[in-house]
Amino acid sequence: MRYGRGPDVLTSLNFSLAPGSFHFVTGPSGAGKSSLLKLIYLAAQPSKGLVHLFGQDVAHAPASAKPQLRRRIGVVFQDLVLLEHLSTFDNAALPLRIAGRKPADYRNDVAELLSWVGLGQRMHAMPATLAGGERQRLAIARAVVNRPDILLADEPTGNVDHDMAVRIFRLFVELNRLGTTVLIATHDQDLIARSGRPVLLLENGRISARPAQGPLA
Amino acid sequence: MSEIFDVQRWRPAPFLPERETRDGALIFVVAVLCFLACLTAMGVLAADRAAAGWTGQLTGEATVIVRPRGGETPDAAAARAAEVLAGTAGVAEARALEPAKAYDLIRPWLGDVSDLEDLPVPRLVAVTLDGRHPAGAKQLSAALAGQNVDATVDDHSIWIKDIRRAGGLVRWLGVGVFLLIAAAAGAVIAFATRAGLAARRDVVEVLHLAGAEDGFIARLFQVRFAQMAGYAGLIGAIAAVVLGAALRIAGGGEGLTPALPLAWSDLLAVVPCPLLAAMVAAVAAQLTAVGLIRAMP
Repeated sequence: MRYGRGPDVLTSLNFSLAPGSFHFVTGPSGAGKSSLLKLIYLAAQPSKGLVHLFGQDVAHAPASAKPQLRRRIGVVFQDLVLLEHLSTFDNAALPLRIAGRKPADYRNDVAELLSWVGLGQRMHAMPATLAGGERQRLAIARAVVNRPDILLADEPTGNVDHDMAVRIFRLFVELNRLGTTVLIATHDQDLIARSGRPVLLLENGRISARPAQGPLA
Repeated sequence: MSEIFDVQRWRPAPFLPERETRDGALIFVVAVLCFLACLTAMGVLAADRAAAGWTGQLTGEATVIVRPRGGETPDAAAARAAEVLAGTAGVAEARALEPAKAYDLIRPWLGDVSDLEDLPVPRLVAVTLDGRHPAGAKQLSAALAGQNVDATVDDHSIWIKDIRRAGGLVRWLGVGVFLLIAAAAGAVIAFATRAGLAARRDVVEVLHLAGAEDGFIARLFQVRFAQMAGYAGLIGAIAAVVLGAALRIAGGGEGLTPALPLAWSDLLAVVPCPLLAAMVAAVAAQLTAVGLIRAMP
């Protein structure tokens, strides 16, 4: 994969994630972790090669098919990308609205999810008034609200303290137990070590697998 | 401090922010374009009416130039021609004009000379044609020749052709200006949509990656810009009506001027303006938004 006419960012990547698995992807800054996630959540096109998802080559899927595929993928962006003109509740409910669900069918679920991530008292608040950790949790709530088949998170614990990082990790584990495939890109080696989950190491544009180590969270 | 959030009373907020800072400038520009378009439409209607009026006057009348023969006096020749014409089918009235009127017609060309009456000025007969079955120049000439009257009939056909051509030109010119203004409005709105999409790239990106279809995102911008243009169109239309009414009142019974007779009914030309502005905006926004969204991976 490359951006414009620049050099290849990722080369010779060949790996697969089993449905319902939980992986970390790590590597030095600029190794291409975010680019790898972009390829999976269909925000970038590979310059060559295939990206197989849900049993099909999504990289070359017609544009009309991509919205339905994207609805099955939850993403926690590195820069969160919250919509500042929408309340916490509206931000969290966004994927469900896009999926065409009726408010009456999901508003209780959204409220429950927000309470679960510790934002039960902040549902009315605008993102600009939320603290860093609250914004992070809102971004996570939005990513998981429609129970995606795959959850991709780009440095989801980057802006939060250790306790919050553990809490967020447990949230991902809980979601994974419900059947969601989870892939988290992170620098947080401590979190990786304590998680006991397999790791994909991205270095010099290539990927290598490292088996699970340490205790399970 | 936390506020009470009633989940059951929650209603989804609009995907796009209600108001943007640049909206005011866009509304102003589109309102001005709509104002000009409305004035053009009113002007075209008034010009069309003027051309129709002139044509109607000219087609309802003919002028006959009579030359006396033998020992006949000019006045006697004119009276005889008027009598012949009055009895011709397709003529409502024929009247020999007084010599003074003929002199008045040529005086502007020759100046106020003292012995004008000594010149051999031909006598004129003014003919009012039947409104439903008007006689043509050929029929009138034939009738006069049949009674041995030396005369030339002018049915104003040359002028009518010119006036019709001028009226058509004004009409197409007006339509052209109107389309040009509509295209300019469309271009302004397309530009604004592009800027709006660039400014709201975060919204577009989140919606896009959350699985919103291109048409769904485009429709958000389409509705937003159509509403804005409709509102601007209303402002432009109201301003045009105010100006049109002022001109109508200031112009008296004949409208702005006798040459451009603006009627009260012409002010109704502004009625479709807000709807048209909204439609132009909707199409421009739709095309721009879809083009930009499709460029995304």
